Amino acid sequence: MNVREEQADILLIGGGAAGCYAALTLGEKHPELNVLLVDKANIKRSGCLAAGVNALNAYITPGHTPQDYVDYAKEDAAGIVREDLLLSMSEGLNDVTAKLEKLGLVIQKNPDGSYAARGWRNIKINGENIKPILAKAVLDQSNVNVRNHVNIVDYLVVDGKVCGAWGLDLKQEEIVLFIAKAVICATGGAAGLYQPNHPGTSRHKMWYSPFNTGAGYAMGLRAGAEMTTFEMRFIALRCKGTIAPTGTIAQGVGVPQVNSRGEKYQGKYGNTTAQRLWAVVRENLSGNGPCYLATRGISPEQAAALERAYLNMAPAQTLFWRESGLSPQEFDVEIEGSEPYVVGGHTASGYWIGADRSTTLAGLFAAGDVAGGCPQKYVTGAFVEGEIAAESAAKFAAEAAPKMDLTVIKDTISKQVQHFSGADTETPYTAERLEEAMQQAMDEYAGGIKSHYGYSESSLKIARRHIERLQGLSDNLRAADAYGMLKIFELRERLLVCQALLAHLAARKETRWPGFAEHLDYPEMRDEFKVFINSRLEQGEIKIIRRPLAAALEEAVS
Amino acid sequence: MSIAIEKHKCVGCGRCTEVCPGNLLQMRNRKAAIRDVRDCWGCTACVKECPRKAIYYYLAADLGGRGGRLYAENNEKEIKWQMQWPDGSKEEIVTAKQEANQY
Ligand SMILES: Cc1cc2nc3c(=O)[nH]c(=O)nc-3n(C[C@H](O)[C@H](O)[C@H](O)COP(=O)(O)OP(=O)(O)OC[C@H]3O[C@@H](n4cnc5c(N)ncnc54)[C@H](O)[C@@H]3O)c2cc1C
Ligand code: SF4
Ligand code: SF4
Repeated sequence: MNVREEQADILLIGGGAAGCYAALTLGEKHPELNVLLVDKANIKRSGCLAAGVNALNAYITPGHTPQDYVDYAKEDAAGIVREDLLLSMSEGLNDVTAKLEKLGLVIQKNPDGSYAARGWRNIKINGENIKPILAKAVLDQSNVNVRNHVNIVDYLVVDGKVCGAWGLDLKQEEIVLFIAKAVICATGGAAGLYQPNHPGTSRHKMWYSPFNTGAGYAMGLRAGAEMTTFEMRFIALRCKGTIAPTGTIAQGVGVPQVNSRGEKYQGKYGNTTAQRLWAVVRENLSGNGPCYLATRGISPEQAAALERAYLNMAPAQTLFWRESGLSPQEFDVEIEGSEPYVVGGHTASGYWIGADRSTTLAGLFAAGDVAGGCPQKYVTGAFVEGEIAAESAAKFAAEAAPKMDLTVIKDTISKQVQHFSGADTETPYTAERLEEAMQQAMDEYAGGIKSHYGYSESSLKIARRHIERLQGLSDNLRAADAYGMLKIFELRERLLVCQALLAHLAARKETRWPGFAEHLDYPEMRDEFKVFINSRLEQGEIKIIRRPLAAALEEAVS
Repeated sequence: MSIAIEKHKCVGCGRCTEVCPGNLLQMRNRKAAIRDVRDCWGCTACVKECPRKAIYYYLAADLGGRGGRLYAENNEKEIKWQMQWPDGSKEEIVTAKQEANQY
């Protein structure tokens, strides 16, 4: 493959919510900087926001303060959060919302002009076109160049400092080296680690974007960055089959969960995000399932409004209601838990960062779902982190770039690509089959759907052996074109994220978030685990590091 | 869960191949084609992007599908979501872009 080189002051990897907002910030506030935004797809519809979103889930409504949001998120995560990160995120939520409205996002208003709220930290919007709106604003910035359809594979690291990244241009079939003074990683979280709800034809009908494969986590691990809290997995409670959001119905219309006996069971389990999922798991195991959202009896107007709301973010649900004849007015809506994801915008998994969103690697910043310590970010929180990371990267880039010799780096990259290219392979396996095997092992032995999200020390050991085996096999895969190679690289990054996740799950010998992660050998919460479980990849092994909860900034970046 | 492309309607403009968040759509002999239907997330970005309504979205059999098709006619003001059922009958729901979700 041909090798192309590009230079910029700042390289943004991933043009989703966080990456686009970072680009917008650099465009408006730092026109002197030359910025490159690279995405594996086209930023018009790439990432989690592709289909649209339902509401802005993080907003500080009148009468509340950013500290209220910090307290809420801390409780929801049973204490394992970085309060400094949560506070700086919460403080920016309303400004980024106002900015999005200016760009054209439709937000519902009360008669007095204030935003119409759905609960105290959530506002009503039409989020169908949130991504095209954001992408257009980015393309309007004269100092920002966008490279669509380029999948980043790894960072360029010189003397411990991140100086760029390289990737595959999927349309041009080229290797591209991006050299930059500072790099922001915003590649989102990791889906596709566990067997999904529908492993057959609808294997990609999952909640999180199946195209966010954990690239940012894997690149960080390979470069030696410290990661945090992978073991706080996120599992979504969703409408059966379509995996469409339930909040629209539960909080929006305001209906309770009921089991098949018509009992409202929620009170027995608590009301954190994990407990709401746990409730369904327990009810099913006790023979009271399936579970439902009790929509039967809502008005025709409510049903029609629901149909439109779902079309704006998860059209499958509306089609399902019409096609099956199971309209929400006449039938309760069945719910189920998804497979587990690693996603730092909902839980606290990701890069261990400082208040300025710098990672433990010089020159590298992180924002959005890839960044750890700061759960409940959602789309607006990802914007705020993008903004903070952009300002920090701009400051960093003001220092002169070190001279670097690219000859060796280029040679290594070419060899790596060469290793995986070729039409003929000696192996009977394909990337697809190995991915299935990985998902199956994680499902059975590392707390997937099949094991009701529970695992034990011995089951985690078995999972680890499978992941090691598959990592070995993946080395023999070959592909004839850039897309085929993408599939190999995606598999390998998922396997590495699984390796880290298994080490994290094993290290937290307690059950802090029943539902999200249940350690069957240690079914209780334990005081000695009021710490962060962090990790680094060292010589192929995941090394676990425990850090105190009130970690200060210096500690975070030391 | 997937989309299907009606080749006779496709004019080969390539717009759908640009927007798919998973790079799943390609041009083959000047018509759009999906690499593998099992990889479709069902985001409907391509359905809304196609100027010819050549792409429809359907519920696969494992999700309870009964042969219905969902098309989208997307303009500046609204999206007309058109459902077509196996018996040939049709239904439409319009979502206005200036109207926020009620829930
Ligand atoms: C289905 C769904 C519905 C949601 N609904 C809501 C909602 O109603 N309200 C709300 O507030 N939040 C919602 N969220 C959460 C919100 O969408 C996310 O928190 C937010 O998008 C995270 O931003 P991000 O930039 O980290 O990730 P993303 O927006 O997913 O962006 C990641 C980007 O990185 C790119 N990328 C990935 N890997 C690579 C690579 N190797 N090289 C180059 N580029 C790469 C991807 O293509 C993508 O564009 C929802 C999420 C999902 C999945
Ligand atoms: S629905 Fe979305 S994921 Fe599926 S082919 Fe179309 S654009 Fe791609
Ligand atoms: S957008 Fe529609 S007409 Fe254009 S290539 Fe795709 S399917 Fe064909």
